[in-house]
Amino acid sequence: MTVYKTEKKVQRLSPFRGGLNANRAAWLFIAPAFFFYGAFVLLPMAMSAYYSLLNWDGIGAASFVGLTNYITVVTDDDLLQIIANAFRLILYFTVLPVIVGLAVASVIRNQMSGRFGTVTRTVLFIPQVIPLVAAGIVWSWMYDSNGVINQLLGFIGLENWTRGWLGDFTYALPAVGLIGTWVLLGLCMLLLVTGISRIDASLYEAAKMDGANAWHEFRHITLPGLRQEIGVCVTVTIIQALSSFDIVYVATSGGPGIETMVPGLEIYRLAFAHREVGLASALGVVLMLLVLLIVIPVQWFTREKQ
Amino acid sequence: MTQIFQRAWVGKGLILLLMALTLLPFLSLFTAALAPGGTYPSGIAWPEAPQWNNFVRAFEVADIGRMMVSSLIIVLGVVPLAVVIASMAGFALAKLVPTGRKWLYLVFVLGLTLPFESIITPLYYEIRALGLLNTRFAIILPLLGLYMPFSVYWMRAHFINVPQDLSEAAQLDGAGYWREFWYVQIPLARSSIMSLSILLFLWTWNQFLLPIVLVQDPAKRTMAGALGAFQGQWGTDVPLLSAGSLIIMAPTIIIFLIFQRQFVAALLQGAVKG
Repeated sequence: MTVYKTEKKVQRLSPFRGGLNANRAAWLFIAPAFFFYGAFVLLPMAMSAYYSLLNWDGIGAASFVGLTNYITVVTDDDLLQIIANAFRLILYFTVLPVIVGLAVASVIRNQMSGRFGTVTRTVLFIPQVIPLVAAGIVWSWMYDSNGVINQLLGFIGLENWTRGWLGDFTYALPAVGLIGTWVLLGLCMLLLVTGISRIDASLYEAAKMDGANAWHEFRHITLPGLRQEIGVCVTVTIIQALSSFDIVYVATSGGPGIETMVPGLEIYRLAFAHREVGLASALGVVLMLLVLLIVIPVQWFTREKQ
Repeated sequence: MTQIFQRAWVGKGLILLLMALTLLPFLSLFTAALAPGGTYPSGIAWPEAPQWNNFVRAFEVADIGRMMVSSLIIVLGVVPLAVVIASMAGFALAKLVPTGRKWLYLVFVLGLTLPFESIITPLYYEIRALGLLNTRFAIILPLLGLYMPFSVYWMRAHFINVPQDLSEAAQLDGAGYWREFWYVQIPLARSSIMSLSILLFLWTWNQFLLPIVLVQDPAKRTMAGALGAFQGQWGTDVPLLSAGSLIIMAPTIIIFLIFQRQFVAALLQGAVKG
């Protein structure tokens, strides 16, 4: 027994410890995670790529059509508008939360400690915690022709502005977008506030000595200092905008017309209501690539230089 | 000095305004939930005779008890296993240096930005082929895979910062990789594991796309999926829908309020690392 133990110890301490033995152990440790990832992500990704080359109703025989589905995705007016809608949502999911978050963060800077800070954090995080479906339902009611928005407009004497916001061709998309703003603002704001509290306070004092005004302070200290946090907000929210589904499904189902239709919901509709599996898969592949194409440069620009 | 005070007040005012905007929709939903059933309430208005009974009715109509049990089963099927296998993989990628580690890691990270909708179509046919449509496995198994990119990334980020001396000390004591992992590394990873578990719990509980595509029966869905079905069925009865939505949101909000500190930390870190 003792001999065996010593032998093992020697083996472990030898230069070969990290060799074959560790390698095999590593693969055994990774295997379960890789199994689930492979079976339920990589395999469907490959199937998606394959389906996208087919004309298939999901039931009968499929026929190979090459890149026809992709050509449809990039030439069909409706599909192009649907993809454009996702990009328009970025204004509400990303740009608004980041701008408001930056404004609030630079005004309050170090005010988030103590009980006030805790209450603020808790309240602003509630939209992050509830299901997006619930956010959609809550806001459908806010936008209802009998809802709070119209009630407030009536209250300040703007009765002729009232309308069913989610059914309005002009305002449906902004209305849906603002639900996203409501959900994501708290997260962005708190990320930015946390980030700003890490910026060295002496930088601001030095700037004040030099007679810098608020804008200079923001432009030359706050903005560069928050580079990484802004990158995080932008990345997370852009992914949410481009792959939005839950909110739109509940609030408008893509209507009126296709004013608020987004790629995620269109994939669902094409695949399961219209049985155009090939086209749905092609749109899925395009969506996946679009997200990567946008997120990678954002990451690259905002990474901290080392 | 006055400038600093002014700034503090403007800041507080702004925050109070944002807090009010965050809470207003819930308040509106709450007053709507108290209006008489089947009526069409308006915005925010305290009803003359608050119908607390609406909550009871919604609870029964939507069978919320069963929905919560179902969500809990799904959470229990996903979260512990996902955390364990992701920790194992993260540990191996950080500490055991398998050949091809760079590529392997890249393959996992590739999934970080994947929109679930992109693979929902083939996932449906795959689950159908496995004969698992309309079972909770249809939600549990895909989620285990879909969570791996983030979870492995998260746990690797933890293990990579654990000093190498620790592994060497454990192995000098004669612990194999498996024992080192369970008895030395895992106890030290407690806070990372806690945050990951919170995030996975939230994402599972709130998961909507998989349940509506893969499971027809609302009683076998997650909470969010069931809420979708409830809205489809009772969308025209505003008071009942409002009451039901509030009940369905309540568990997450209550758990959130209890573990507020951990949740906020997890969500902020989760965003940064993701």
